[in-house]
Amino acid sequence: MDATGLELLARSVRERVEGADAVSTNFARGEATLEIAPSALHPVMSFLKGEADEPWEVLTSVHGCDYYPEEPRLGVHYMLLSMARAERLGVKTRVRSEAPTVRSVVDLFPGANFQEREIYDFFGVEFEGHPDPRRIHMPEDYEGHPQRRDFPIGGEPVIFTFNEPKMPRWYA
Amino acid sequence: MPEDGRPENGRDASGGVLTVPYREREESITLERMEAPIEGTLYEGEARRAEPESELFTINMGPHHPATHGVLRLLLTLEGEVVRELMPIIGYVHTGIEKSCEDQAYWKVIPFVERMDYLSYYFNAQAYCMAVERLLEEEVPRRAQYLRVIHLELNRIASHLFWLGTSALDLGAISMLWYSLRDREKILDLFENSSGQRLHTRYFQVGGVMEDIPPGWEAKCREFLADMPNRLDQYEALLDRNEILLQRLKGVGIVPEDTLLRLGVTGPLLRATGNPWDLRKAAPYSSYDHFEFKVPVGTLGDNYDRFAVRMEEMRQSVRIIDQALEGLPEGPYITENRKYALPPRHELATSMEALIHHFKLVTEGFRVAPGEIYYPIESPRGELGCFVRADGSSKPARVHMRDPSFSNLQALPHMVKDTYIADMIASLAMLDPIIGGIDR
Repeated sequence: MDATGLELLARSVRERVEGADAVSTNFARGEATLEIAPSALHPVMSFLKGEADEPWEVLTSVHGCDYYPEEPRLGVHYMLLSMARAERLGVKTRVRSEAPTVRSVVDLFPGANFQEREIYDFFGVEFEGHPDPRRIHMPEDYEGHPQRRDFPIGGEPVIFTFNEPKMPRWYA
Repeated sequence: MPEDGRPENGRDASGGVLTVPYREREESITLERMEAPIEGTLYEGEARRAEPESELFTINMGPHHPATHGVLRLLLTLEGEVVRELMPIIGYVHTGIEKSCEDQAYWKVIPFVERMDYLSYYFNAQAYCMAVERLLEEEVPRRAQYLRVIHLELNRIASHLFWLGTSALDLGAISMLWYSLRDREKILDLFENSSGQRLHTRYFQVGGVMEDIPPGWEAKCREFLADMPNRLDQYEALLDRNEILLQRLKGVGIVPEDTLLRLGVTGPLLRATGNPWDLRKAAPYSSYDHFEFKVPVGTLGDNYDRFAVRMEEMRQSVRIIDQALEGLPEGPYITENRKYALPPRHELATSMEALIHHFKLVTEGFRVAPGEIYYPIESPRGELGCFVRADGSSKPARVHMRDPSFSNLQALPHMVKDTYIADMIASLAMLDPIIGGIDR
């Protein structure tokens, strides 16, 4: 996909998807990205998957990203792929850290299930409508979201039998 | 005490030490979702429930089970011997590699990412290096691209050989493990010869490779290449005409192509259904378009097709390495741009600039202009993509791997639904998950 194609796509998204007026584009280093507001994410993804003139049928991956200290701070990147045209498209949205909620796209792309859970686990972005909104890598009782930029590295105490009772609230 | 009556800090109200309630940790994993059939809630299709008179039995398999190829835990709901539901539970070897990467200079991240998918370390390094090279807009010399291809394909063979040995072991063919590890050993010897390490070689650098291949390496590699097709013939003679193996694989674990695509499954699993999606052909990187090779595909998408596709991929890899050795161009093996690659040792004694570059690279590393990139390559297990966000400093602000095992694992419930437990072991083996890549 080239820069012109991206602009044309953005125009058709603006025209044909309700509430997606604020779509902006970014074409850098051969990578095409649509930047949209979190509220328009689900309709736009639905449009790109099904109704667009040239659909993007596969969601290869979802990435989380923390733009600390900027606001809106938490980014979610969706990488769409069209196998027929061998083209890729990134869809990017950013949410504020006070209420980090994005509509889940698992109903459109079931493969996003694990990856949205991963982003919830590491960044604390909540995916509304996710069928299984639990942590995936970290323990269920873990506090905090470790991939956030202000989450310190290290300092995680290792639990052994001898120091188990001394660990404050480690099991609660 | 918290409201739910659980003791705080492992102590009761009077401050005495309580026995630690291990059970409470188990309770956090709820079985509620198991009541709802997977097909009915997540994906369209027939909602299938067990007959009311039949008894469903929930059993835990793993995390320390030899057939799960690592520390994978599976929560199975059985009806007799038949698997009705399956839920993978992962995270047991999560080591926070991606978090650690954010604290390292760009070139120091390479050994970290290599340890994610520990059987295809060259691929992890390649995805990361290419992402950073794309951010830097740095060209990789032709010779380095060819050397990368040679090592990537050797690694693909090594990874598939390990898969072949362990899968055959799961299906009861114990001797295959020794045969395939014998050949894998030769590849590891080649890696040791070219980079000094057998595993996690750190051979790929941003801008090229660490060192040129030593004299005599090419001859050794050719010796291996001449040997490999014969070996594969032998293995096929052992396995592909083995009645037990064929019955265990054929017609088992069929998942249609469109289900796999919706789940984002790539690699040999997808190719087994007949979809020829291979990034080496679809979006050639690192000079893959210079080589002639075929993309093997299956027809049904059952476990036998997955087996056959991987066997043929090894033959094609041999062809690619052969062509790459034949056409190996002369020239530098790493970029000449001293801003990103260490200067040669002999320059340090004579050139002040080289010394300064060396010092800056080793102490701070190079800086990368702000930007985000996603670079996918074809690993032995599917699309391995590396997402890197640069914030202008000498450390990446985010390194995220789209690991194929992680996405492909979601296909497992579909592969094993309504099959026997024994077939689940076969399906898991043919899925070829690497838990280090899943958990990172």
